[in-house]
Amino acid sequence: MKKWVNIKTNLPAAGFLAFLLAIWEFLGRILEIPGYILPAPSAIALALAENFPLLLEHTRATFIAVLGGLILAIGVAFILALAMDRWKPLKQALYPVLVISQAVPIFALAPLILIWFGAGLLPKVLIVALVCFFPLAVNLVEGLSQVDQEAVDLMQTMQANRWMIMRSVQLPFAMPYFFSGLKIAATYSVLGAIIGEWLAARAGLGIYMLRAMHSFRTSDLFASIVVVVVISLALFKLVELAGWLFMPWQRNTTNHMKGWL
Amino acid sequence: MRTISRLAIENIYSTYYSGEQHLSVLENVSLHVGEGEFVSVLGPSGSGKSTILKIAAGLLNPDQGRILVNNREVTGKPRLVGYMPQYDLLFPWKTLRQNAALPLLAKKIKAKEASKKVDEMLPLFSLENFAEYYPHQLSGGMRQRAALLRTMLIDSDLMLLDEPFAALDALTRETMQDWLLKIWGQFRRSVLFVTHSIDEAIYLSDRIYVITERPGKIAIEQIIDLKRPRSKEIITTSIFSSYKQVMINALNVNARGEEDINQN
Repeated sequence: MKKWVNIKTNLPAAGFLAFLLAIWEFLGRILEIPGYILPAPSAIALALAENFPLLLEHTRATFIAVLGGLILAIGVAFILALAMDRWKPLKQALYPVLVISQAVPIFALAPLILIWFGAGLLPKVLIVALVCFFPLAVNLVEGLSQVDQEAVDLMQTMQANRWMIMRSVQLPFAMPYFFSGLKIAATYSVLGAIIGEWLAARAGLGIYMLRAMHSFRTSDLFASIVVVVVISLALFKLVELAGWLFMPWQRNTTNHMKGWL
Repeated sequence: MRTISRLAIENIYSTYYSGEQHLSVLENVSLHVGEGEFVSVLGPSGSGKSTILKIAAGLLNPDQGRILVNNREVTGKPRLVGYMPQYDLLFPWKTLRQNAALPLLAKKIKAKEASKKVDEMLPLFSLENFAEYYPHQLSGGMRQRAALLRTMLIDSDLMLLDEPFAALDALTRETMQDWLLKIWGQFRRSVLFVTHSIDEAIYLSDRIYVITERPGKIAIEQIIDLKRPRSKEIITTSIFSSYKQVMINALNVNARGEEDINQN
């Protein structure tokens, strides 16, 4: 079994990051850059610590929207991908429409969703689901259709029914595809939630950012960026953990767990 | 010749289509496998040997001709048959035990019972210590044995084996041949075995069909009258050599494709 986090391989990156922060701090001080333009790392850390309880509350609101949206997107992607694999005409009708739908920028759709569903949790969840759905569905459809015909043939000589072929051949085969889609979706999801919050919401990191911006609390803006980065990384890590749990056969053949921050 | 025919292939023709081109793969191929008989199809690469097996398994429709299993016509219908494709095709996401249990699960046997049945068979295949292993953790020989165990667990009297040992090194291959004979002697299934190795075909079979290069046609049918159980000593006997000579002549080795014929 591989180590969850490999300290040794991450050391150079961590060192470089510390070096950049040190330069930033140093330049900020000798050039006397005002805090509302570019706060020093120490000021950001201070803002983070001071407003931590409030920040945590907003983070919670965003995180719930992200998780809800992801789960919704996964559910819909699975149902549609399985249906498209089962009925080819459906795939021929739906797949191109899905691709076209991606040409509509989420920035254009989000206001509509807010008009229809108000400013609560639901529109945020829907926006997140909308951005996450596409990479998931496309990867799943791809994975299900790429399955080795010989393997399906073999199952047929055992007189396995369609559902068994799906369960024991196609779905496991599509799992790595699904998880690479999920990695992309997880990264998009936080972005989707924040866009939703920018437009209208009662709580969330997007709201926190807006308030900080309006009152020129630049260090608070940076603090929220730090939080966004942290939860994005945490989600990404969570997806890797899920992949590791769901695909035990991949544990020794790939190095996707190696040397990750 | 035996009277009960497990599998009979009658006058099949098969063509491979690729865009505008079409390539005749099999021409008027007929063969049969009797009950408990070990029959080999011997031929060079690209002679359509695998196509014969696919047609016999009902995975491919011939252009002409028909397939009979136990004297009933079954042409072009996928059906329960112990088919082992080239390369082991063990599923990487399943452990050895789960892979071997697939035919039982397809038969709607409960998972627990299926595992038990697999575990009973594992020692016979010298795999009892590897049930929890994933295929990529097993050696080539183990994988072939596991695939053969899976094939054996398909509840059919007929086994179609497509060059099962082609990917193995020469020494492992010889061990596996002896081992296959041992297993076959125990279960006495009817076997249609595809190979490009002359020695392998003679050593294992009751009867051999030699098939020519594309388009595949049956060149000769040869009964191998060597007593069983067989051991590797017979390879050096004069009767074995004379069979070998017959095969080489039939394959027309000197004409072309010498490297395709593996004489071990």
